[in-house]
This record gives sequence, C-alpha cells and structure tokens, in this order.
Amino acid sequence: MRAVLFALFLALTTGPALAIVAGESLDDPVLEARARDIGKGLRCLVCQNQSIDDSNAGLAKDLRRLVRERLVAGDSDQAVEDYIVERYGDYVLLKPPFKPITYALWLGPGLMLLIAGWGVVVFLRRQSRRSPVAEAPLDDDERRRLDSLLDDG
Amino acid sequence: MRFKFIIPLALFMGVAITLAVGLTLKPGDIPSALLDSTVPEFDLPAVMGRPRGLASDELKGEVRLVNFFASWCVACRAEHPLLNRLTEDGVVPVYGVNYKDKPEDARAWLDRLGDPYVRSGADIPGRVGIDWGVYGLPETFIVDQSGRIVYKHIGAIDAEALENTILPIIVKLRQ
Repeated sequence: MRAVLFALFLALTTGPALAIVAGESLDDPVLEARARDIGKGLRCLVCQNQSIDDSNAGLAKDLRRLVRERLVAGDSDQAVEDYIVERYGDYVLLKPPFKPITYALWLGPGLMLLIAGWGVVVFLRRQSRRSPVAEAPLDDDERRRLDSLLDDG
Repeated sequence: MRFKFIIPLALFMGVAITLAVGLTLKPGDIPSALLDSTVPEFDLPAVMGRPRGLASDELKGEVRLVNFFASWCVACRAEHPLLNRLTEDGVVPVYGVNYKDKPEDARAWLDRLGDPYVRSGADIPGRVGIDWGVYGLPETFIVDQSGRIVYKHIGAIDAEALENTILPIIVKLRQ
C-alpha cells in the first residue's frame, strides 16, 4: 500500500522534464511564460514528436533561443510563430491549422462517427423490424420438445 | 441491389490504396516551405582557410546547388565524393554552407576530402540554416537563375537521386 501511495505521489508531483537549461530562460517571467507557451506548440524537426521545449537537439535549442530573441525584440506570439512557419512550414506546428489541405484531418473523425452512427441506426431499425418474426408463437412440435427438455432437468 | 458485392470490394480497394500510399511515404522528409521563393538574405564569412565567404546576392545568374554540410555529419562525408565529381566534371556549380561547425574542423575536413565548393560560407550559429529551413544535414537546394529555390534534397545525394531527380531539374531550368 505504501508503495502504491509512493508511486501515486511521484506521478502527481513530478512534471515532464523540459530540455530548457538554466541560462536559456529570460529574466522577465512574463516573456519567459510566453516563450514556453510558444515552444510547447512548436515541433522539434529533428525528433519530430517532441516540442522544442522537450528536445535536446541542437536545432531545438537554436529555435528556443530564436523564439526568445523575437519576443525580446517585441514580436507578438503570432508573429514569432509565423516567423518559424515561414521557414519550416505548417509541419512545425504540433497543432495543425484548419485549412483546405487539413479539412480531411480535422473533419474526418467526425465524418466517420456520423457514418458509423448512421450504420448503427440502420442496423437497429432492421433488427426491430425483423423481431416480430422471431417472436412467433411455438407450434405444437416445438412446445412438446421444449417441455421434454425442461422435464429432463 | 445486384451490385451489392461491390461494396466490400470497393472498401478493400480504398483501404489498400490508402495504405499503399501512406506506408511508402517518408514522413521524415519534410517538404520545404521555401520552394518557389527567393533565397533568404544572408552574408556569411568564409570557412577558415578559404579566401571568400558567401552572400545571398551571389546566388543569382545561373543554376546552382547550395549544399549545407558539416564535418560532424556522417552522411555529408558519404555524399562528398559525388560533390567533388560534380565540380571536377563541371556539371553544375556547387556552393556550400558550413553549418554549426568548428572552424578548424571544417578546414581540416575540406583539406582532406577535397573542396568542391565554388564559394562557401561558415554559419557557425546556425541562423542561416534556420532561415533556409534546414533541420538535418546534409540538405541540398537547387537555386535557379533568378535566385529562386526550386528543389530541396534532404539527406545525402546518391547517384540515383542525382540521375533521376536533380540533374533533370537542372537540365530543365537551363532550357
């Protein structure tokens, strides 16, 4: 029990390890918070499923520095993001934007759910239409067979 | 509903085609966001021991390759003899950007393996690399006469990529 509690304690009190090292972050806590917020949404192109904040790759480090430089220079969050997207494309965003080329990505799952739901409705309707046949009363033969089976028990 | 049997067949074909395409894609190769745009502005100092650096203004006038390389990059070493041959045979001028390298390492590397570059620049902080959307070496860009990026090859250039993709693009651009 103590082990379980300890595991739970560890799970709840530890956060993900960020790759940002001391000296990299900005002195201004507001700017640093914005930089972290932007960094979380940017893909490290070397490791591809980590954000630049999570990655130790050299490029991720350079991009973190770049984000902070742009923020200090007075760029808005959107401007910083656009600056990076201009160079690396939408792929660099961990959350893909909603535009014609990604309609299938965003709308596909909902569409599949609708199709599946429609399939279920059609199936259930058909079943309920068929059920009266299944509930037809037993004929004499069947009744006799059923009685004998029950008697055996 | 005589043709109902078509439905599972069509579903199967759909899944098969999707998988055939999806599983042969190379998700590691990220298409360049810079295709069809002019090369980013830059002005780089020379690689240690070379006389001249490289600036974006010099990438106009003819079709060129711009190759990002580094002495720490194993795949760069693999493609290097091919770049040397391109230069020896005068196939296409190759320009180099030495990306995040130690100056003395880059110098030793070029001295030992040969220097195929018409001009090269040293991008030690890696900022020019970011402007070009470089994320893994080597990367090679084809730049046309007007200084526009036409194609980006990710990874080492091998004979097949050269023959089937890169050279045909260069020939077409020259026409």
